[in-house]
Amino acid sequence: MSTDTLQYRGPAAANPVATDDSIRPFRINIPDSALQDLRRRIAATRWPTRETVTDRSQGPQLAALQALVHYWGTGYNWRKGEAKLNALPQFMTTIDGVNIHFIHVRSRHPNALPLLISHGWPGSVFEQIKLIGPLTDPTAFGGKAEDAFDVVIPSLPGYGFSGQPTETGWGGERIGRAWDILMKRLGYTRYVSQGGDFGAVVNNAMGRQAPAGLLGVHINLPAAIPPEVGAALASGGPPPAGLTEQERATFDASRTYAMQGNAAYVGMMGARPQAVGYGMTDSPAGLAGFLLQHPGFAKWTYGNDPQQTPTKDEVLDDFTLYWLTNTATSAARLYWENHGQSVTSAAAQQTDKITVPVAITVFPDEVYRPPETWLRRAYPTLIYFHEADRGGHFAAWEYPEVFAAELRAAFRTLR
Amino acid sequence: MRHSAPRHGWNVLVVTFCTATAASAQTRSAQAAHNTTRTSNHERNMTQDTLLYRGPETEGYLAAAGDTAIRPFRINIPDSALQDLRRRVMATRFPDQETVTDQTQGVQLATIRELARAWGTSYDWRRVESRLNALPQFVTTIDGVEIHFIHVRSKHPNALPMIITHGWPGSIIEQLKIIGPLTDPTAYGGKAEDAFDVVIPSLPGHGFSGKPTALGWDPIRIARAWVVLMKRLGYTHFIAQGGDWGNAVTEQMALLGDPALIGIHTNMPATVPDDINNAALAGAPAPSGFSADEKHAYDQLSFFYAHGLGYAQEMSHRPQTLVGFADSPVGLAAWMIDHDGDSYALIARVFAGQSEGLTREDILDNITLYWLTNTAVSSARLYWESKLAFFAPKHIPIPVAVSAFPNELYQAPRSWTERAYPKLIYYNRPPKGGHFAAWEQPELLVADLRAGFRSLR
Repeated sequence: MSTDTLQYRGPAAANPVATDDSIRPFRINIPDSALQDLRRRIAATRWPTRETVTDRSQGPQLAALQALVHYWGTGYNWRKGEAKLNALPQFMTTIDGVNIHFIHVRSRHPNALPLLISHGWPGSVFEQIKLIGPLTDPTAFGGKAEDAFDVVIPSLPGYGFSGQPTETGWGGERIGRAWDILMKRLGYTRYVSQGGDFGAVVNNAMGRQAPAGLLGVHINLPAAIPPEVGAALASGGPPPAGLTEQERATFDASRTYAMQGNAAYVGMMGARPQAVGYGMTDSPAGLAGFLLQHPGFAKWTYGNDPQQTPTKDEVLDDFTLYWLTNTATSAARLYWENHGQSVTSAAAQQTDKITVPVAITVFPDEVYRPPETWLRRAYPTLIYFHEADRGGHFAAWEYPEVFAAELRAAFRTLR
Repeated sequence: MRHSAPRHGWNVLVVTFCTATAASAQTRSAQAAHNTTRTSNHERNMTQDTLLYRGPETEGYLAAAGDTAIRPFRINIPDSALQDLRRRVMATRFPDQETVTDQTQGVQLATIRELARAWGTSYDWRRVESRLNALPQFVTTIDGVEIHFIHVRSKHPNALPMIITHGWPGSIIEQLKIIGPLTDPTAYGGKAEDAFDVVIPSLPGHGFSGKPTALGWDPIRIARAWVVLMKRLGYTHFIAQGGDWGNAVTEQMALLGDPALIGIHTNMPATVPDDINNAALAGAPAPSGFSADEKHAYDQLSFFYAHGLGYAQEMSHRPQTLVGFADSPVGLAAWMIDHDGDSYALIARVFAGQSEGLTREDILDNITLYWLTNTAVSSARLYWESKLAFFAPKHIPIPVAVSAFPNELYQAPRSWTERAYPKLIYYNRPPKGGHFAAWEQPELLVADLRAGFRSLR
């Protein structure tokens, strides 16, 4: 049995790149053979020895990872994850030579505001699907009809069911331009956009590009580190003089964050995505081990806390999507495209060139907590700032109703 | 004078094995009995576990505290482990091709596919296993960890004892080509007075050495263990050599201040002044007033910091994320051949049909050793443990000989080297070679070791 026949390769084979602006309905139907191959590989996993520490400081702990991967191979059911996506209107369209997969749900309310939501790494459209109900059908979730959104949730190029770029240049700028084309292609002449993680990079770019009809952006991983603070953090030097107490706290936390190695994955994938990609592509356990190093999972309990979201199944939906679409390496290339451009640096993200209104929510467990002073300095067009009472890097995944409430409040003045 | 004399407390089998006298027949018979025991241990492992060879530490060898025995060691990988490897290589799932036409994103798909094809079809581990088993190999417990090492004594009476330390992603396989010329110089165009005894250990967590389960195995602790090892072998005067981690360990040995260590040689010298290093890290243009050699070194460093440091950051901070390299042989191979851009180029050209330096077999021997001993993650932990700045001068108080190979991460200029090593006794810039000098350009390295240490004999 040729191994190639067992490997589902994502939408590329089934969805040839179009030369027109057509929007094609899309459904996911992973062959059983791909799921069997995944389970077989999981069962055959060869593990390293356990870490030499009693915490996560060397990466995901072996026992926890083994339990998760064991569940992945024996208890987890991809078909349920697939059904969650197939229950939503999904489409494929070709933009700038790359197939873009997206979810598109229209609200039944007449004046719904069109909203594009961008995920990041190691996320996917699975992060956002719990937002769809509260955003498109607010009256069913304690909101008002005038808070309704139409939502468009694309998969980043190289991620999930979108195509994998075969040429360089698909960084934040190009994706931002593609997202505007997507919204216009859907007939939206006025819309807003949202993103965290790499989605924030895309939204910063869209804010600078300020395409006609883009009313504003909401960002939940803002680029607020001022240049002199970034320089002190990079050089290991003392903090700049004159920081407020809150600024100093953020400075100290950022320094600790870096010294504890939380950004190592950024350096790795930014420098040599192919070096780490082959192992993630060939080993499901290796993929899970690598994705779980994201600091957004630092407080994740591997499903042991039944109250915590994302649940074990939700995280495995996301990891399985990376596996089945064979996108570990293509996703990592986005860091190569963005190499050296810190997501949190105001200078790197050129936030001073943003001309559209910007709304920002800071979640307390995000990778850093920028103070309002830095946000106002970085984003001259700031129209909304709020610090949520809970949530972290994957806020939409963790607390979709909190996140939805933030988006309602953030964009209220732009309707 | 001969620098070594067998000590009491030695395992008598080891002495006879090493000296290859008439007693060697007795040694061989002991070895055979010993191998039988090992085989049964393997079989027990197979029923309990999944056919995976796990290195020596699972074999019931762990010595009692204070046990300084030196025990003969032979490698005998079960066929099942080799079959499992081949099966995994042939079932590799590959990503799509990189989006560039060069190596700037890392290992290119065509290169790794060709490596996988060779590995899964024609490669024969037993050849290198035989080469290793033809050498006297031992294990001994130091500071609670099994240390595997090759120990070859020269037949020449005044041979200078030298401990050679490999780095990452290297192994003892890097050094196999230099053992003959170093220990038996007259057979390789050298003179009897150039002879060395060589001791080539596997770093803790690497190869057939044990995997530390406790914290603290940084280059300083390894350096202390190496001094113990040399003294346990009976050497009262010796020298040390290394590149990569081998340089870090060798320099730390020199800093221990033990008078038995009379000099070191490094092929990855740590010479970069702090201000220059900081400028390179920050991506600043080269400071003015540099010589051509200094400018070249600065440009190499800047490039490495901008585009090559990722692997070290990952291992320094999150070694346990590299589970995929314990599970995927081809993933491991890609990770290992991408140490740095120049090393990758030296290796990739071999799979594109060029034959300078390394062979395909050399490269696959080294990767296979990591695979079979399941040391991808345990070796990465050395990065996590070390707090040393790789290229910062360490103020080494003893004589130092330096080889600055052109394709090393940076080619240390003589000016920086003289400042970094106050007792510099030798400096050379070989015409070719990179990070894996002993492996890739053994003759050039051997020539430097002979010339570099001549004044210390």
